[in-house]
Amino acid sequence: MLDLTYTAPTPKVIAGARHDWELVIGMEIHAQVSSNAKLFSGASTAFGAEPNSNVSFVDCAMPGMLPVINEFCVEQAVRTGLGLKARINLVSAFDRKNYFYPDLPQGYQISQLYHPIVGEGEVIVEMGPGIARRVRIERIHLEQDAGKSIHDMDPNLSFVDFNRTGVALMEIVSRPDIRGPEEAAAYVTKLRQILRYLGTCDGNMQNGNLRADVNVSVCRPGAYEKYQATQDFSHLGTRCEIKNMNSMRFIQAAIEYEARRQIAILEDGGEVVQETRLYDPDRNETRSMRSKEEAHDYRYFPDPDLLPLEIEQAWVDDIAARMPELPDAKKARFMADYGLTDYDANVLTAELDAANYFDAVARGRDGKMAANWVINELFGRLKKEGHDISESPVSAAQLGGIIDLIAAGTISGKMAKDLFEIVYTEGGDPAQIAEARGMKQVTDTAAIEAAVDEIIAANPEQVAKSKANPKLAGWFTGQVIKATGGKANPATVNALVAKKLGL
Amino acid sequence: MAIDIDTARKVARLARIRVEDADLPKLAEQLSGILGFMEQLNEVDVTGVEPMVSVTPMRLKRRADVVTDGNIQAQVLKNAPDAREGFFAVPKVVE
Repeated sequence: MLDLTYTAPTPKVIAGARHDWELVIGMEIHAQVSSNAKLFSGASTAFGAEPNSNVSFVDCAMPGMLPVINEFCVEQAVRTGLGLKARINLVSAFDRKNYFYPDLPQGYQISQLYHPIVGEGEVIVEMGPGIARRVRIERIHLEQDAGKSIHDMDPNLSFVDFNRTGVALMEIVSRPDIRGPEEAAAYVTKLRQILRYLGTCDGNMQNGNLRADVNVSVCRPGAYEKYQATQDFSHLGTRCEIKNMNSMRFIQAAIEYEARRQIAILEDGGEVVQETRLYDPDRNETRSMRSKEEAHDYRYFPDPDLLPLEIEQAWVDDIAARMPELPDAKKARFMADYGLTDYDANVLTAELDAANYFDAVARGRDGKMAANWVINELFGRLKKEGHDISESPVSAAQLGGIIDLIAAGTISGKMAKDLFEIVYTEGGDPAQIAEARGMKQVTDTAAIEAAVDEIIAANPEQVAKSKANPKLAGWFTGQVIKATGGKANPATVNALVAKKLGL
Repeated sequence: MAIDIDTARKVARLARIRVEDADLPKLAEQLSGILGFMEQLNEVDVTGVEPMVSVTPMRLKRRADVVTDGNIQAQVLKNAPDAREGFFAVPKVVE
């Protein structure tokens, strides 16, 4: 397999009024685990149900109810850890994080502070061909999601729905290895891609199934390298945490704003206060969440309702043996086996469904040709109608059939586009359609030669012009193709015209 | 370690338990007593001893990923002081 090696991108530099500044960013991604039932109860995780219908007595914290862990959620966390090349902890444990909020009926969230299930791993975040940031993962822990509050249904009341309460989340914590807003968005995009390939989180940001907390600080150029050499945080600036963002655009805008806010404070001789902030997209600014500050005294302690979670190495090995091909490996394979460019390989591996589709089209065929057809014709056509690859009316076998006809020289590129349109709108077997509708290019030189002779003989003026200016010979090619009903192979015609005109 | 009155007040507030000022000194004293007992336990040398988390040799019980519960909205909302349109209705929480 092709080995992809990268150089690190240059960090973003923001010019302050006095001097230059760099950004240091760490992220906590909350990814909802794809599962049927919740982490500690048998209630459904389905989105969009009637309020408080996917709720058991465990989820709404009725007295005496006990949590029982969903084994599949544990498996999903292990699979995610393996996908991020992380250490799997065979013994982990659950703790209670205590705070009061209307969407948390227990009065505490069951989480894993002291002994997370997944340890250190990494994500390779590409920023361009051959350029990538290696972002270290510190840990992944399993925890419960909270419910949802709706504030706009009544002027004096908040409405609370516990359907999401107790759904399993993976909190994926990175090291402060991200060096700019674009890198932050690229990191989330890459993580989301890996999770979707693994099938451990659907990555739906709109529904809040993937949310990001971003820790931002600024430092003078050179300070970060000292931190990396020593892992001593004192080289870095004081950070602020921006909570709960669910859009790539907001993540970038919030980081940009927050960095500039901190730089302004520092250049003014002030000090950044470590705090939790909220990004307001309407005003494009971050604001202090003072209400959260006191609640930060979470008084964690081991959950007495749950024994430590012990898993066996054999079980982890079994999950490892069933791992799907991940984005980096798939991209490398597409480039090595199908001769794709870095750009095309990125486009075709971005979504698993599209990658699988392309794989099926390209297998045993010309990879570059398959890539062109999938990206330019199919994706273009689907996009025009707002369709997803999963809704494609043309199957991989059908598109492969069209490409086979081109490769065999049976149809021209122009005919192939017409044929594609017919298959897209009407369906059917490409070879049969081409046969039934007479889509067959003439490669028989004798037949084309006759047409060329005929047109040359009938147009002596054009012959004279073309001999004076060979660029005009294209006129003959056009006429011959027209005369053969578009079936003559353009390359063959060109060559014959040039020969006959003595060009 | 002794718990002073301010710490007792803070712990009460974090736990959302209403404690009148007059009751705080007694509460602080009782909490300090509990911590004092903990300190006494801490004097035992447990170097190299695995923490015992359970008195029964049990493995954490697991469930299969199957929906077996839910769809009891009426019962879930039954004890709510105020419920409307299927939601718990609570005093406005503004962030």
